[in-house]
Amino acid sequence: MSSPLLVLPGRRVLRAGPVSAAIPLRTVAVTLLALAATVAAGVVAVGHGDFPISPETVWQVVTGGGTRIERHILLNLRLPRVLCGLLAGAALAVAGALTQTFARNPLASPDVLGVTYGASVGAVAAIVLGVGLIPIAALAGALLSAAAIYLLAWRQGIDGYRLVLIGLGAGQLLAGITSWLLLRADVADVSRASIWLSGSLAGRDWSHVRPLAVALVVLLPAAVAVSIALRVLQFGDDTARGLGLRLQGAQLAVVVVAAALAAAAVAAAGPIEFVAFVVPQIALRLCGGSRPPLVASAVLGAFLVVGCDLLARIVVAPEELPVGLLTAMVGTPYLLWLLLRRSRRISG
Amino acid sequence: MNDRLRGSDLTLSYGDVEVTKNLDISVTDGRITAIIGPNGCGKSTVLRALGRLLRPGGGEVLLDGVRIDKMPTRDVARILGVLPQSPSAPDGLTVADLVMRGRHPHQTWFRQWSSDDEELVADALSWTGMLEFASRPVDALSGGQRQRAWISMALAQGTDLLLLDEPTTFLDLAHQIDVLDLIRRLHREKQRTVVMVLHDLSLAARYADVLVAMKDGRIVATGTPEEVLTPELLDEVFDLKAMVVPDPATGTPLVIPVPRET
Repeated sequence: MSSPLLVLPGRRVLRAGPVSAAIPLRTVAVTLLALAATVAAGVVAVGHGDFPISPETVWQVVTGGGTRIERHILLNLRLPRVLCGLLAGAALAVAGALTQTFARNPLASPDVLGVTYGASVGAVAAIVLGVGLIPIAALAGALLSAAAIYLLAWRQGIDGYRLVLIGLGAGQLLAGITSWLLLRADVADVSRASIWLSGSLAGRDWSHVRPLAVALVVLLPAAVAVSIALRVLQFGDDTARGLGLRLQGAQLAVVVVAAALAAAAVAAAGPIEFVAFVVPQIALRLCGGSRPPLVASAVLGAFLVVGCDLLARIVVAPEELPVGLLTAMVGTPYLLWLLLRRSRRISG
Repeated sequence: MNDRLRGSDLTLSYGDVEVTKNLDISVTDGRITAIIGPNGCGKSTVLRALGRLLRPGGGEVLLDGVRIDKMPTRDVARILGVLPQSPSAPDGLTVADLVMRGRHPHQTWFRQWSSDDEELVADALSWTGMLEFASRPVDALSGGQRQRAWISMALAQGTDLLLLDEPTTFLDLAHQIDVLDLIRRLHREKQRTVVMVLHDLSLAARYADVLVAMKDGRIVATGTPEEVLTPELLDEVFDLKAMVVPDPATGTPLVIPVPRET
């Protein structure tokens, strides 16, 4: 092996036949640590409750052992909830990372694509009008509003800034419709709707997990596939096109994947606040680099939601809080701390 | 004529505002061409059309005889590099990362960092003197260094043709010279054909083989600096009363504005 011509600090160059890559080691380390933490949080979460189950028993049940009652509680009641949180957290975080890179704006989250507010209108309408099928109504609301906002922002291409402005405006309109629906609703429906609106994993079963898992099996590889375009999409439009990017096709692909991921997550778990906004920025600061890393964001998103849902069940036990309350309360101070630490280091 | 890049009968507009009409331009192979003209004359617009960043409303741009908008844009990016005016890099991006992006048109999902890529990026960085800054964030560089970093990226892209939109904007005179010397070396040592938009007429005359003078979306004159930079043309194109004398250092035309009577 000849010595490398170019030393890339913190990266390990891998070459095998036609395959080659420069792997950022810090991102790999952060991802592995977060993965271990997520598994640990998941095991504690499925074990915690009125009927405590030890990690050893969790292992036995997962590998096919355990008593009938343990198997029932774990596999039918607690595991779907934890998996739902895990998958929704990962989906929201990746959707956020894609949107922020695409719009070149850390404030852009899938909210800006209309996904969250559209899903809220759909879900609240389904609750208030008594139609049922809340996840399907939420999914339809999310995808319809994302498509409408994309079309409104289209003017011989998509300008990230314009998309953010139109998305914010449309979001307010949709939030207004949600409030209006709530005003006309009776008290029981309002209470159900407001639990949904704050993002809750309570009562999630396999019927929520399965469609979300199927969506992720398709969409996460799609997100990784578009990530090669993100490397140049993060520059200005002219630079990206000069480097041979089919700009409009790449933008559409990124937005479709991001909107679909967020829509699938919100349909299953409600609008869990701030995950899509905060997690990619936390991942960026932990891993370094110039744009939020996708895989690390996914794992950290899963960890934040599962960890917060566990907290949500502990802090006011035997009651529980909607997980969306805690993701905002835990995630945002952590991001602020990372930001302050960084600016201190620069000024100091 | 077998010039590799040419625009014919170009009508270019931004929205409803028509910038040029029926314009013909041909880029001479193996030369440095500078497009000059007053602000708003359409220089950058023509450059963007040649670099397929702006779709012509009428006419066509031909690269190696093929309509550029019919070619896969990735294939174009292996032949033609474009550096927009004051390009922006995302926060935290290092110089090495920036220059690595120049390899984008040659990379696939599986082939993300081949030994060719490494060789060309290292060569580009050392050639522009930026190797020692490879791990620095682009946003921490001075204006002149930043421009060198972007030129390194364009160099790593490995294209025969290079379009530069005002590569010297916001640079002081010493750094303008520095960047232009680099572009000249790029042309001489790396055999790049260069088209650039420049504001400073005397510097354009020093560094370009061919000048294209534009006014109000039309090409008024094309030729060597001596042919183009005449007092009559400066009056017509720039509404500038000036003397043109041989540059004492290089012999190329030097534009000296005549003080207006007060």
